[in-house]
Amino acid sequence: MVLALFRKAEIEPPADIEAASLRSDRFRLEREVDWKRLDQIVTALEKNSPRRISDKDLLELPVLYRKAASSLAVARETSLDAATLAYLESLVRRAWFQVYGPRIGLFGWLRRFLGGGWSAAVRAIWLDICIALAVMVAGTIVGWLLVDQDERWYYSLVPGAMADGRAPGADPDMLRETLGTAENADGLGVFAAYLFSNNTGVCIMAFALGFAFGVPTLLLLVYNLSLLGAMVWVFQEAGLGLDFAAWLSVHGTTELGAIMLAGAAGLHVGRTMAFPGDRSILAAMQSAGVRAAQVMAGCTIMLIVAGLLEGYARQLVGDTPSRLAIGGTMLTLWIVYFAAMPAPRERET
Amino acid sequence: MTTTSPATRLGDGASKRARTLVTPEGLALPLTVGSKGARAGALILDLVILLVGTIIVFVALYAIGFGLFDLEASEANPVMQVVMIVVILFGFLARYGYFLWFELGPRAATPGKRLVGLRVAARDGGRLTAEMVIARNLVRDAEVFLPAFFLLGGGQEAGIAGWAAFIWLAVFVLFPFFNRDALRAGDLVAGTWVVEASRLKLKDAMSLAPDRADTYRFGEAELAVYGEHELQVLEKVLREDRPQALREVAEAITGKIGWQLGEGDEREFLEAFYAALRGHLEGNMRFGKRKRDKFS
Repeated sequence: MVLALFRKAEIEPPADIEAASLRSDRFRLEREVDWKRLDQIVTALEKNSPRRISDKDLLELPVLYRKAASSLAVARETSLDAATLAYLESLVRRAWFQVYGPRIGLFGWLRRFLGGGWSAAVRAIWLDICIALAVMVAGTIVGWLLVDQDERWYYSLVPGAMADGRAPGADPDMLRETLGTAENADGLGVFAAYLFSNNTGVCIMAFALGFAFGVPTLLLLVYNLSLLGAMVWVFQEAGLGLDFAAWLSVHGTTELGAIMLAGAAGLHVGRTMAFPGDRSILAAMQSAGVRAAQVMAGCTIMLIVAGLLEGYARQLVGDTPSRLAIGGTMLTLWIVYFAAMPAPRERET
Repeated sequence: MTTTSPATRLGDGASKRARTLVTPEGLALPLTVGSKGARAGALILDLVILLVGTIIVFVALYAIGFGLFDLEASEANPVMQVVMIVVILFGFLARYGYFLWFELGPRAATPGKRLVGLRVAARDGGRLTAEMVIARNLVRDAEVFLPAFFLLGGGQEAGIAGWAAFIWLAVFVLFPFFNRDALRAGDLVAGTWVVEASRLKLKDAMSLAPDRADTYRFGEAELAVYGEHELQVLEKVLREDRPQALREVAEAITGKIGWQLGEGDEREFLEAFYAALRGHLEGNMRFGKRKRDKFS
């Protein structure tokens, strides 16, 4: 309260209004206290300290904003004082940005996002998800068929570092070892964080590249999944197909889900760009971009979960049935969440 | 709603970037799209802040003895593991969270943008939503970080594929040069743009000086010489209050209207002339007659 009083003292009422010889200056002097009050409120809002605004000021904010806006409209037609016009324009613009600025911060947005905004966005791009899924399945099959036809394809598909002994004709025991577990949890946290950071990069790239009609996104999906197909072939040949599937499913159902969503989001933007429908291309791109951004933000969350599953659960749980159970549970959870979570209510105003 | 400003004044850079935004109150607000130079400057500032921040964090970690560079210890040491996780997550946050956090704030600008006087706004004049900010910053990855890593990693030495990638990334980097609003790909996808956000102080009223309408009497013909543009130049000169400029302007005006002026009376004369001219022009304005400059 003391602060409020102190602040109010700072706004000096203008000098003798009647002393001004020009009518437009008298107009300005009569109103400048209100303008300065609005200026202070807007400045406090800009500094993100709304608590410093007294309740009275806050209640009057809309009134003050409209007053300033109408002052500007009148001043434009009656005053030739360039400095005052420039000040009013900047003040109204700042106030407008505050009144129509982002309403919720990062945390408020996150709450609404998890409470249905995400699942609603995912449901809205169902067609792109279907396309992405089809492309991913096709990619896997292509990888499998290529390696099945000629083993040399494996070496050109899988980069050396990733193969890590997992090559065609490798000893089944050694392959089994790569599917094994770590003795304890040491170092797994770092591994999980690294995987998360890396995979998110891949996902964001899949989205960002969708901008060019979605073609690069499709290529990225086909390439990454053909790699998987090649890997499956190697394990299948060694008679470890089911074990590999279980090993993969622990984190893969979440991680591949995230990659699928990211690819679908990229495709959604690219497809809208190619076929904007009735709207202008810019308007169509914008609504598609905003929808895709929500899906993408969700991918980050999925990848955190995938990283933890990959870093800890997969390395600690060894037997095939439990791994399959974890992977299946995660898959069910995601599907139920996306299909059943209702969209958040649009807030008034 | 946004449209190009109908009044395309002189062909200078600022008016080419001038746009008008109509608020829900029906008020046309002028906006200036941020120049490419200012935006590049803001981005460089942000990257410098990120880089310096990263270095400080590493130096601080090093100083308290965790020595991130002898990684041999990392397998056994649980504290080391926590530090590693923090470092990796910090890197992630620096890359994606920094821009998001600041652009979601009330000023919708990163520190770099704030320093050069820019902010993000919704292109359709509506509210800037969190989704828009997220979309424009995700695409930033393809525009800033991928090309940067590509160049740093010597990707252009990879033959044809390297060059293809280079050209591909260059399309993203050069995108703002191929549209009127200097939109980057992220702005296009998110429906945002970057505009100038100036903060001005209210300057004093001009006609508070003692009224000298009796000392200096200007006739209709004398006041009809100048228009609004000259009035605003005069206002600027009076506000800046530099004796040399006052002298020159006073001489120019007296020369034009055929007056003689004593030494040292310049300010007084100019104030009186300003008040008279503004009164005259504003009076005409109320009847719908506007005189843009001395030629009209």
